[in-house]
Amino acid sequence: MPAHRPFTIWSESYRLSRRVDWLLLWSLRLSAIVSGALVLFITIFVVAEAWPALRNIGVWRFLNDASWYPSGGADGGTFNLVPMFVGTLLTTAGAILLAAPLGVLAAIFRQAYAPPGVGRVYRWLIELLAGIPSVVYGFWGLVVLVPMIARFEPPGASLLAGILILTLMILPTTALASDAALESVPRRYVEGAAALGLGRWAALHCVALPAAGSGIATGVLLATGRALGETMAVLMVCGNVVAVPASLFDPVRTLTANIALEMAYALEDHRSALFVSGLLLLLMVSALVLAAEAVDRRQTVG
Amino acid sequence: MDRSIPWAALSGGRSSTSSRSADRLAATCVWIAAAAVSAVFFWLLSDLVRHGAGQLSWSFLVDAPSNAGRAGGIGPIVLSTAWILAIALGVSLPVGLGTAVLLAEVTSPEAIFGRLVRRSLDVLAGVPSIVFGLFGNAFFCVTLGLGFSILAGGLTLACMVLPILIRSTEEGLRAVPAEYRLGGAALGLGRFTILTRLLLPAATPGLVAGVVLGFGRAIAETAALIFTSGYVDRRPESVFDSGRALSIHIYDLAINIPGGERNAYATALVLVMILLLTNSVASWLGQRLRGQHLHS
Repeated sequence: MPAHRPFTIWSESYRLSRRVDWLLLWSLRLSAIVSGALVLFITIFVVAEAWPALRNIGVWRFLNDASWYPSGGADGGTFNLVPMFVGTLLTTAGAILLAAPLGVLAAIFRQAYAPPGVGRVYRWLIELLAGIPSVVYGFWGLVVLVPMIARFEPPGASLLAGILILTLMILPTTALASDAALESVPRRYVEGAAALGLGRWAALHCVALPAAGSGIATGVLLATGRALGETMAVLMVCGNVVAVPASLFDPVRTLTANIALEMAYALEDHRSALFVSGLLLLLMVSALVLAAEAVDRRQTVG
Repeated sequence: MDRSIPWAALSGGRSSTSSRSADRLAATCVWIAAAAVSAVFFWLLSDLVRHGAGQLSWSFLVDAPSNAGRAGGIGPIVLSTAWILAIALGVSLPVGLGTAVLLAEVTSPEAIFGRLVRRSLDVLAGVPSIVFGLFGNAFFCVTLGLGFSILAGGLTLACMVLPILIRSTEEGLRAVPAEYRLGGAALGLGRFTILTRLLLPAATPGLVAGVVLGFGRAIAETAALIFTSGYVDRRPESVFDSGRALSIHIYDLAINIPGGERNAYATALVLVMILLLTNSVASWLGQRLRGQHLHS
């Protein structure tokens, strides 16, 4: 690694430029403080907006109210967030169950099976897939996937449609992370496997994949975060009925879709309750990002 | 230098027949999975082209939408999108550049301050876009009193693209050989001069790649804009007007406007074409950057 930061070398010389350099250093520090504090600032703001609901309604009622009818009636409405929470968990879990193995297989294909030219094109394709906006996935799901599912099992807009579209969306994340992890497996491991007379699959299964394990795990954790926080695609294909689904073909509403649908007209406690669900998302995703980093760090240290 | 793994050497595992058939089975699975992924991708793209290309024309790009977007073009929406992106990048670029220079050139990798900033940027990069939307609405629209406006939307997106910009610029700076800094110091140049005359020009690929990636993330964003820049599809008079972004136009046509599908397809095609272009530029720059790494 090249030795960066020789600012220490420059610092003592030449008074003429000292004042400019002092200004530079402090503007750099200031911008770093702004960028570093931004996530804290966002959290504080979301907590402040969520606070009235946490105080007036309380966590107990978010879990145990009879229904989600937040702007209703003289009694101040009901605030059961559980169906939305379950919707978020089910769509995310389904998408990860599909996208993790598919992503690993796609990476294995590129690294170990594809001819070099095909591999390059394939990587380019996955990168393009990663760049397609969620609203385009959602739109495509709405006009193509939902009618197809509806032919088998109406209404079509369902948990299944949400899982399939989310899978497409997070597949590039798992595939690119697995690809990078496999690429960083030391060449001599595989040469050793070849010397032992292992077949391609045995070398992958017993040598390369275990060595790439933590990189793949990091990718899966980050993909889970993306799936939890995804809004537009699930909003457009899931049907958005507030109920715990009984089957794959029932419509669901996720926490993110709930915010997007109701924020436009929500007032007071209702608005604040939406910020509570935002806070919940923020906490879950932050935990996943930090977990991914912990896995990644253990790999680099160990 | 060839550091690729010699997988081909493993192709004919010469051991038992059972491991041979396992090999064949695995190869089949891998090829099927890979083919399925690319098939879905081409299905999606060909759908967009088939249904969208017919509407595309110069007048579609510049005309105002009519009949709630079912007919007419996307002129004012392109303009609003350009404004939102200009604000997002214009605000995040100086802050991101400053942070990247501090992280790459000033703080040591072990310093607590640098580690804290980096950690919090990683978390920021993972924050769901709808949460950015909530924050933007509460802070820019309500607290700062900007209301639903292009400015509020642009500032919200600026927060979103900041981590992308910083990561890429920092990488670009790290790819600059240490000799540049030592040479500059030996000539008695100040930090400011070394930074502006030597390091930043040399780190341009990373910087530009960051801007391109940030642009791609910002133009694809929908959820963070619904409650910050709003839905109004008229030509914006100033940045304090509400303006509809391309992505929101697709969403609105698909969900709220029966019969809006045709123009939604065409708008989606425009958006995807812009993104394909920017992503190709970014990956080309990324390759140049990695090339530099190897030669340094």
